[in-house]
Amino acid sequence: MILGWLPQDVSTFGPNIDSILKLIIYVVGTAFVLAEGTLLAFVILYRRREGGRAAFVPGESLRELAWVLIPVVIVIFLDVAIDVRAKPIWELVKEQSPTPALTVKLEALQFGWEFTYPGPDGKFGTQDDLVQTTFLTVPTGQVIRLIIGSKDVIHSFYVPQLRLRQDAVPGREIPVWFEVTLPGKYEIACSQLCGNSHFAMKGILRVLTPEEYQQWVSQHWPKAGAGTGKSASSTRSSASGTEG
Amino acid sequence: MAETKPEAALSTDTHEQMGFWRQYLFSVDHKVIGKQYLFLGLFMGFVGVFLSYVFRWQLAWPGTAAPIWGKVTAPQYYELVTMHGTIMVFFVAMPVLLGAFGNFLIPLMVGARDMAFPRLNMASFWTIFVGSVLLLISFFVPGGASHAGWTNYVPLSDASKYLPGNYWGGNLWLIALAIDFASVLMGGINFLTTAIAMRAPGMTIWRMPLLVWQELVASVLFMLSVGPLIAGVVMLLFDRMVGTGFFLPERGADPLLWQHLFWFFGHPEVYVVAMPGLGIVQEILPVFARKPIFGYRMIVWAVIVAGILSFTVWAHHMFVSGMNPALAEPFSVTTIAISIPFAVMLFAMIATLWRGQITFSTPMLFALGALANFLLGGVTGIPLGTNASDIYLHDTYFVIAHFHNTLVPTAVIAGFGGIYFWFPKMFGRMMNETLGKVHFIFTWVGFNLVFVPLFLIGLGGGQRRIYMSSVYTYYKPLQPLHVIATIGLLIIIVGQIPFLVNFFLSMFRGVKAPANPWHATTLEWATDSPPPHENFHAIPTVVRGPYEYSVPGMEQDWAPQAAAVEAGAARG
Repeated sequence: MILGWLPQDVSTFGPNIDSILKLIIYVVGTAFVLAEGTLLAFVILYRRREGGRAAFVPGESLRELAWVLIPVVIVIFLDVAIDVRAKPIWELVKEQSPTPALTVKLEALQFGWEFTYPGPDGKFGTQDDLVQTTFLTVPTGQVIRLIIGSKDVIHSFYVPQLRLRQDAVPGREIPVWFEVTLPGKYEIACSQLCGNSHFAMKGILRVLTPEEYQQWVSQHWPKAGAGTGKSASSTRSSASGTEG
Repeated sequence: MAETKPEAALSTDTHEQMGFWRQYLFSVDHKVIGKQYLFLGLFMGFVGVFLSYVFRWQLAWPGTAAPIWGKVTAPQYYELVTMHGTIMVFFVAMPVLLGAFGNFLIPLMVGARDMAFPRLNMASFWTIFVGSVLLLISFFVPGGASHAGWTNYVPLSDASKYLPGNYWGGNLWLIALAIDFASVLMGGINFLTTAIAMRAPGMTIWRMPLLVWQELVASVLFMLSVGPLIAGVVMLLFDRMVGTGFFLPERGADPLLWQHLFWFFGHPEVYVVAMPGLGIVQEILPVFARKPIFGYRMIVWAVIVAGILSFTVWAHHMFVSGMNPALAEPFSVTTIAISIPFAVMLFAMIATLWRGQITFSTPMLFALGALANFLLGGVTGIPLGTNASDIYLHDTYFVIAHFHNTLVPTAVIAGFGGIYFWFPKMFGRMMNETLGKVHFIFTWVGFNLVFVPLFLIGLGGGQRRIYMSSVYTYYKPLQPLHVIATIGLLIIIVGQIPFLVNFFLSMFRGVKAPANPWHATTLEWATDSPPPHENFHAIPTVVRGPYEYSVPGMEQDWAPQAAAVEAGAARG
């Protein structure tokens, strides 16, 4: 029920993230309610009564300590269970890198996002690269690799609906991957304080069906071989004005 | 194990009658210095809360003028959140929990006449005073105080081009912090030396009150963790003012270095604050439940284990920072492991109440409120310390709500409990119970009204440090929760009026306090309220542990630590 607060989930690994969140919320939620319930019950049951005397329970013998140590053993067991369940999910999202259908380079800067597509030749740094500001356009059902860097300070690429967050660090290229299941427009938020306009550093993840995406590619990507004579910088200026 | 020390030989300072300056301002008496820390911490606390009022107004009703302040601009917003965090952690929590309670109570609780190094103690207070003044001055320099966030991540905080005009604010932030650290180091040396070398006869280490233990462990944690960050602060200051490039990526530096230095200190720092706060709760619970603390030795060991583990968890703040993702796995395990000693402490505190005779005096209400919320702060650390779920929750309001539920219960709620509890000892008069209870209800209800909604905002993906949440459509349904949170804060602020009235009126007009108003056992209650110069008429001899309440076969339900003669003399 509390997971109803989460925004819609549109990535393939999103359900895994949600499942570990759900497990933790149920486990620690139960422990929390039990502990607070005990606290409340003790406070009500053992309030001072005229002529009453408290029990002398210093908790030094193992027999008494068992009342604390047994719940602690249960906590340890639950902790281990959570770690064991979380490990493969972390590995799936952050350590594995499935072969991508599309690789895009992201450079974050004060205060915007610059996405570079490799163009028809599939290579970065060639004349047919396509640079898009603000908008990242990708198809559904395909693995996208995003290589995240920064031109100035630390930023963070965050799309709540993807359940994905990764800091962009100047001097590093950090790869992440995702696969979207549902077409639509999702907001990209900067999630690391990056200056006075940090709050307004918004990008848009445009997710198209594979057919629509092919159409977008044929409309906007430089034609294969058409890059000759045309400088990369002119491609950049023409593309950055396009909304996509 | 049973060390008995000749107490007077170690304290060479003489406390002859002195003029106003020596007695109240440049005093070397640990009790006066403790009160000075308390006043400084309270003053800075009200500044810090005022800042949060302004930015929370902006969060609830964006673009409208906050009464007293006016409209909040984006640079102001970042200045306010940066300085709120800096002030509350380094200039409120540390001076109150370590400076005020540590200074005032450690010599009294171990039966010493003063701190081991009284002049160093005075220097420590005036050092943090200078740091506080510099930090406050930074609001008025051109460009205002630092905008770089209380974590001050580089390179944003490094090259001034990234925060235009914020040059002096950023410099003063670093200078004030370095001075603050130096002050706390001086205090820590005193705490350790005093508690190790100046205990009264019979005060073995296993008879020291838990608050003394926790102040000691906190001091050791601080000493062992702050060195790298002081170095980092100086390097960053050189980058900004001299032109070095320790943290500048374009000159080959790795910006993650700062994060490692900051959090290697920053995580133990959480326990530097939390432990004395829990110590206060552990002093108050037995007194008002009339029972021994449950599992005294087990708690001491849990504190020590938590202290050791606290050095192994820092990178859980950096799961998504770009460090090698394989590192997230061991740090997730250590983070989950540190929940175990804290579970021990919390369960022991709850067990202390079992079959007690609980009185709901104001200190007890604050102690119970602190315990209830520290539990919430503890369990909500699990989804953040678990690397997979942190991918989603990192840098959202869930983090804000989590750490406020660990730091506010310990530093603020337990801190208030400590003030009500030891006020009679500090000022020789009792505080008013009715005003105290009103203060508790407003503070505790208000606090939960602020932070329960913030958990939900975080789960909804709502990020922290967003000046105008209307920029994002996913944020819009979460906006009403910000309104509730700000109303909660206003309730807290209104609730501080009865506290201030109570605090200052009671200081001069309160009912005269007896030596031991709560019928408590530890040594500070075996001397006058307030204690005389050099604390004790004669150094007490300690004959038992600190929490002997309702001992079978005894007529009264408390057995003071000091031998009977001494207790009788003090009461007379």
